Parts: sequence; structure tokens; C-alpha cells
Amino acid sequence: MTLDRRNFIKLLGGASSLALAACAGTGGGLSGPTGGRRVVVVGGGYGGTIAAKYIRMMDSSIEVVLIERNDHFVSCPFSNLYIGGLMKDLSPLTIKYDKLTTNHGVKVLQAEVTGIDAAKKIVMTSSGEVTYDRLVLSPGIDFRTEEIKGYDAKSTPETIPHAWKAGPQTVLLRKQLEAMPAGGTVVLSIPLAPFRCPPGPYERTSMIAMFLKQHKPKSKIIVLDANPDIVSKAGLFKKGWKKHYEGIIDYRPAKKVTEVNAGKKMVTIEGIEDVKGDVINLIPPQRAGHIAVAAGLVGADKNWCPVNPTTFESTIHKGIHVIGDACVAGAMPKSGYSANSEAKACATNIVNTMNGKELVDFSGINTCYSFLSAKEAVEVTGVYKVDKAKNAIIAVPGSVGVSPDLSEIEAIYAESWLKNILTEMST
Amino acid sequence: MTMKWRGWALATGALAISAMAQAAPPTAAMLSNACAGCHGTNGGSAGPSMPSLAGQSKEAIVDAMKKFKSGARPTTVMGRLAKGFSDADFVAMGEYFSKQKLHATNQTLDKAKIAKGASLQETNCGRCHIEDGKEGKDDTPAMASQWLPYLQIQMADYLSGKRKMPEKMEEKVKPMSKQDLDALLHFYASVK
Repeated sequence: MTLDRRNFIKLLGGASSLALAACAGTGGGLSGPTGGRRVVVVGGGYGGTIAAKYIRMMDSSIEVVLIERNDHFVSCPFSNLYIGGLMKDLSPLTIKYDKLTTNHGVKVLQAEVTGIDAAKKIVMTSSGEVTYDRLVLSPGIDFRTEEIKGYDAKSTPETIPHAWKAGPQTVLLRKQLEAMPAGGTVVLSIPLAPFRCPPGPYERTSMIAMFLKQHKPKSKIIVLDANPDIVSKAGLFKKGWKKHYEGIIDYRPAKKVTEVNAGKKMVTIEGIEDVKGDVINLIPPQRAGHIAVAAGLVGADKNWCPVNPTTFESTIHKGIHVIGDACVAGAMPKSGYSANSEAKACATNIVNTMNGKELVDFSGINTCYSFLSAKEAVEVTGVYKVDKAKNAIIAVPGSVGVSPDLSEIEAIYAESWLKNILTEMST
Repeated sequence: MTMKWRGWALATGALAISAMAQAAPPTAAMLSNACAGCHGTNGGSAGPSMPSLAGQSKEAIVDAMKKFKSGARPTTVMGRLAKGFSDADFVAMGEYFSKQKLHATNQTLDKAKIAKGASLQETNCGRCHIEDGKEGKDDTPAMASQWLPYLQIQMADYLSGKRKMPEKMEEKVKPMSKQDLDALLHFYASVK
């Protein structure tokens, strides 16, 4: 008996390729039997788009359904440049999904995921149930708002933006900055690490300071950082702030905001020290996106999803893979580029598994740029691999490091970084 | 027989993938896909300051990576990233990208400069940058259809001495005017 694996699976699934062809024509049938070769991807950001596309590129006989609540995605990377006034709108940061369908045959379902039944392998959505053989979650982050007294998850961000998910929140923060009187005070609150995009709050500090310097004379930004020091690229940020924004940035480490009063435009540190601002940008502490939390995929810390470092399959529920900011990826930072690399390794191993082939160990990269001024940027890079003994992702020694200095050429490369990574996600 | 059952169990989800402890070392595709965030899917760059790797020769990629790693060629991120990979990894990535189809870029170029560059390239550069720059002799990089800004950044590094020119290239480049060099870059960027 030399039945090869593919044929064997086809037999099991009962002429699955025919069933798939029928599905593709009608766009329906997602709640029915999967034919054994359906991967559902939830979340159309830096991780989800890449997982969906690469699975189809590697094996077009696998059906891929990408579920995303919006019909577009706005990139968090570079959204600080919009806040600083370097972009007139968010269009350079916005992608659509249509070419993932026309170029790669990814089925895109615009719907809100309401629940996951890991045992029955069903995703519940606002447009009905979707069955899967393997599920990839790339849900990004949500906020631990319960840790900040007085914070109402719905109403507080309407006046005190977090702007840590790009889109309307980003626009709101910029509008508030534009409306602020000269001589005003901006307060930026940074949560304890780990959070999405470690250098992000410090790039935001730089971009807001740049905006104030140009448009709001005698204004300042008070940075309340819950961490004991700048979390990423510390030396470079300090150098840039001294060079460009002396007297504008008031950086205060180890200041954890525990309370907010939206009416008084005030935050409180550890219950004792009040700080008022004309504009308050409060970035709350974070955890994995609520879909992953609700599905019981977070670990002992109750915040992030532990995964196998080779396949990104949850160590809690088999058949569900978690990538991007939501997962625990060892030494990898929670960045867009990390999510891109994780998605490709996850896609590779899902395809190999479905085809009965050997798994392949993870090899990934992170490259992350931050702007210090309109023309100067810095970056951090690293190469990551699996340490078998530790069963975890580690940084390859010598590969991790930051720019030697602020530079204009890195800003030019950063622009191409954005162009390439967004093109990869959307074509 | 045991293996077959295991494969079946995995394929049908009867077992978690993580139950399987063994995995092969990263393949050429695994290594190369990670580069695509900056260099484009399959090495076809959409960013004007980043080179396309698609259609580049194995030798050129290995040579570039080794020079990044040693510091012989000036870089920003590539010097550090190259330290994350072995020489065998460089060969695997080089082979992978050399098999990808040349990425045709769509860029606005000056027609007069392209024509001037075309007339200059044959006698000056054609011995190493063969087939209108679609290929390269030995470890000479292919330049056809690369982004003009990328080519200009590299030429500026050569002229400032930051990046060392091969001897034969130096002989040709030194006597040329900046206008001639710019015309050559326009020509190579235009080749599809």
C-alpha cells in the first residue's frame, strides 16, 4: 500500500478538492464540513495577512478564510509621524484586502468574531459559524483598563485617547494636539513592559515634542513612564531629545499611572501624585486581544498566549496557533516585523503538517525604525531562532543591536521598510 | 507504519503539532522569507531605497552578506543581521533568491539619461554587468530594474570611499562625470 499522504487525506475528506471548488464559487459553505483542508485566520494586521497569504502561496489546495471586522487596516508603525504632523492623513498607512483574494485566493470575511469552540473547531462570528481544521489567531492587543481606576473602556478613550490601535484614536490625538493652546501641557503615560512596540511610546514623545516645537510655543510634554527607564533604544532617544527638544520633554521614569479623571483632565500616580494636562495620551497596560483571552489561550500570567516556538501552536488548545503581539515569542519584541516573521513560520508548519511533511524550525528577523525628528531615524534589529534545550525563541548572539547614531539615511530606509511591509501584506 | 499513523494523526488534528519534538533546521525558504518584510515577497522590492533580491545571483548575495558581516561594506541594519546567519545560510538564501524571477519595477526615469546610459554601458560596464545588467560576472551583482534611489545611494557610497570599488570598476568610474554615472544608473534601472 503506497497511498501517498495527499491522496490519503483526500479520501478521508471525501473528495475535498471538489467540495472546495464548490465553496469558492458560492462564497458560502463556511459553516459546513471543511474537507480537511481549511485554515481560518482571525485578524487582518501585520500577522494575519501574512499567514493567510503565505499558506496560499505555499499550497493553493488549502482553503484560507481571513476573518477581520474592518474592511481595511491602519498600520501602527509610522502612525506617530501622522500625530507629529508629518502626514496629512492616514492613507499611506492604510491597506485593503482585495488583492489577497484576487492574487492568492484568500477568502475574506468581514465579520466580528464572538467566540471560539476549540473542541468543535468552530469560530463564531457576527456572520455565522465558520468551521476550521486549523485556526490562526493574530488578534493584537487589548487593554487592561481595570488596572486604572476611573477608566471606562468605552467612554474614557473618547476624551483621553490611547492611540495605541491606529485609526480614529490616532486622528483624535492629533486633533487634540492641534486644538491645544500654546503654552499647554501634554501628558503621555506609558505602561509597564511588555506592551505592543517597545520603542513606540518614545517615538511618540519625540513626534509630539516636534509638533509642539513647531506649532505650540512654550508648550511641554510630561512623560510618565511606569518603567524604571526608557524600554528600547534608550541612549538614542536621550541623545535625540537633548539635541532637538531640550526644555520641551519632561521625562519622568518609574511613574505608574493608576487612576484617571477624564473630567478634570488629570491622572494620578500610585494614588498620591496628581498630574494635569491639556491633552492626555494614556496608554493603558496590555494583554492579548480579547478573542484569545475569551478562548482561554492566555497562560499563567493571564495576559499573553504561550505557544510552541516552532509552530506557534497554542500550548493550551491544540489546533489553534497564536502569532503577533498576543503570543509569547521568547526574545522577540512585540513588533510588526516580528509578527510578519512569526506568520511565515506558522504558515510553513501548518502547510507541512497538513501535507504530512516534516516541521521546520523557526528563523525570524525583527527590524524596527523610530523617528526622532522629521528627517532622522534610528533602528533596532535582531535575528531569532529556536533554542531546543530551552524550547524557546532566542536572539542569535551578535545580531541584536541599535543604530550607532541618529541618521537621515535610516529615515530614508524606514520609508522603504513601510512601503515593502505594507505591500507584502496587501498584494 | 508508526510514522504513517503519526502523520495521519497530525494531519487530521488528532495530535497537537507540538507533540512532535523533532523539526528540521530552517530551510532556504524559511531563512529567505524573513527578509521579505524589507525586500518584498520573493525578494521583489516595493521600496525605492531597498534593493530587490529576486533574480540576483547566488555569488553576489553570498559576497554581499560576507562583506556586511565583516564590515567591509558599509551598512545600517545589514551588518548586524548578517551576524545572525552562517556562511551556509548565506548560500541557502543566495540560491533561493537567484531562483526568483527578476522583479520589474515601475519607476519614473529620464528618457534622455537612459539613452545616454545605454550608449555608455556597453564599453564601460558590460564586461562584468552582462546582459544589460540582468546578470553579473562571478559575484558582480545584477542591476537591471533595481530602484534608482537604491543605485544612487550605492554610487554615492562608492564615490565617497565608504564602499570599496573593485579595481576594474574604479578604473572605469574615476574618469566619468557625475552626469555620466547618473545616466548609467538610469539605464540599469530601466532594464526589464
